[in-house]
Amino acid sequence: MSMYTEKVMEHFKNPRNMGEIPDADGVGTVGNPVCGDLMTVYIKIKNNHIEDIKFKTFGCGAAIATSSMITELAKGKTIEEAMKITRGDVAESLGGLPPIKMHCSNLAADALHAAIKDYQVKKGVKQ
Amino acid sequence: MSARRIYMDCAAGVPVDPRVLEAMKPYFTDVYGNPSSVHSFGQEAKKAVEEARNRITNLIGAEIKDEIIFTSGATESSNLAIKGVAYRNKSKGDHIITSTIEHMSVINAFKYLQKEGFKTTFIPVDKYGVVDLEALKKAITDQTTLVSIMYANGEIGTIEPVKEIGEIVHEKNISFHVDAVAAESQVPINVVNEHIDLLTLSSNDLYGPKGVGALYIKSGTRIQSIIQGGGQEKGLRSGTEDVPGIVGMGKAAEIALKERSQESSRLSKLRDRLIKGVLEKIPYSFLNGHPTKRLPNNANLRFSYIEGESLILSLDMEGVYVSSGSACTSKTLEPSHVLLNIGLKHEEAHGSLLFTLGRHIKEGDVDYVVEILPGIVKRLRMISPLTPKELRG
Repeated sequence: MSMYTEKVMEHFKNPRNMGEIPDADGVGTVGNPVCGDLMTVYIKIKNNHIEDIKFKTFGCGAAIATSSMITELAKGKTIEEAMKITRGDVAESLGGLPPIKMHCSNLAADALHAAIKDYQVKKGVKQ
Repeated sequence: MSARRIYMDCAAGVPVDPRVLEAMKPYFTDVYGNPSSVHSFGQEAKKAVEEARNRITNLIGAEIKDEIIFTSGATESSNLAIKGVAYRNKSKGDHIITSTIEHMSVINAFKYLQKEGFKTTFIPVDKYGVVDLEALKKAITDQTTLVSIMYANGEIGTIEPVKEIGEIVHEKNISFHVDAVAAESQVPINVVNEHIDLLTLSSNDLYGPKGVGALYIKSGTRIQSIIQGGGQEKGLRSGTEDVPGIVGMGKAAEIALKERSQESSRLSKLRDRLIKGVLEKIPYSFLNGHPTKRLPNNANLRFSYIEGESLILSLDMEGVYVSSGSACTSKTLEPSHVLLNIGLKHEEAHGSLLFTLGRHIKEGDVDYVVEILPGIVKRLRMISPLTPKELRG
């Protein structure tokens, strides 16, 4: 009996795309260890598509599962498509999150968007 | 899902002892009279309540039997003690003192009285959670009517110098309240020797039913009720007595008194085995709370670079059930005030795990936890961006 859905627990147990990309095109970090959640998302861009994506997360079960889920949702997407992925999409793909976790630990979409913006700034792309 | 089920969260709740349950049973269906009734049905129930009162009296070394008031639990007991003494003595003074690491039932009763116009002082503790006696002495004024300090902290396990505090407080003719919930099943308590005027007790922490508690009140202590009604429990706790619950708490107290010494020395050994094993096997792991002045059943450990809820979930998957002081496991989304007030940073508090052992825990259970925990910590550190390179393996 868990407070989380099976899908959340499955991603927590077997997180997808966990790790770093040393030569990433964009890196986004959101959260703060003081609050208990910190996520970093690394992306590799090829032909305007997210060719590779990895994450590192300090935080609760929801923080780790949402990080894992965002990498699945974003991989292979165009930058424009990836920018449209919302926190709600992440929570929905995981079969929902406990209400108290919706704000504090559901930061993965923000981390992805921060990584894309970092890439755009580095490339000198206008936002 | 693991086949094992090792419950190490005894500070949160324990099962009712089967002997307690047996003692309670007749009072649900056979002896159902109201202790306030004059007829034999009522008097039989009353006799059982009085017997339970005597058993609690014996547990804490109290002298006069009428000093035990039954309540709905420790939260009510502490509220009655603090508000009842503060209001009753308002004409004498409006200042009350407690510590920064008390249970929320004490801290929030103090905050409530603050809003009601009382002056409050929260005494700091050292890095082990021991109350600063010099700060206490300095805080006392001629307006102080109550000092409330816990016997031991259920979260970090630290046992407070209650007797010394009692001496300081009594020298000034101030009432001394002690929340003994974490300590009652673990260490001998003597309210007379330790200068305690009011003592909060919980039934479940003695392996009795939940929803029952008691407040010891030394005779002569100036206190008033906080709920109004039919005047049961010497007028201090109106409401028909929960006779089965009270009988259960009494039986639990009797068993605890008989078995506590042996059980505590058994648990101390298991606690030390757990702490030593974890600290030896896991780098960057630390003990929270006092290394020696510590409850026999308590091991509070923290692990750098990772967060407590993910530790709890990982242990749960291996059949081990524990708590954490992490914000992610609290209702307020703030880490434990106890961990912050012993000086830990937020990120350190987030990475803490609380193991509280009980009667069912065997050496093999401890060894299993020591065996699986290093792998769990290692995996979460692999995922964490805070982990330094040398620990990523």
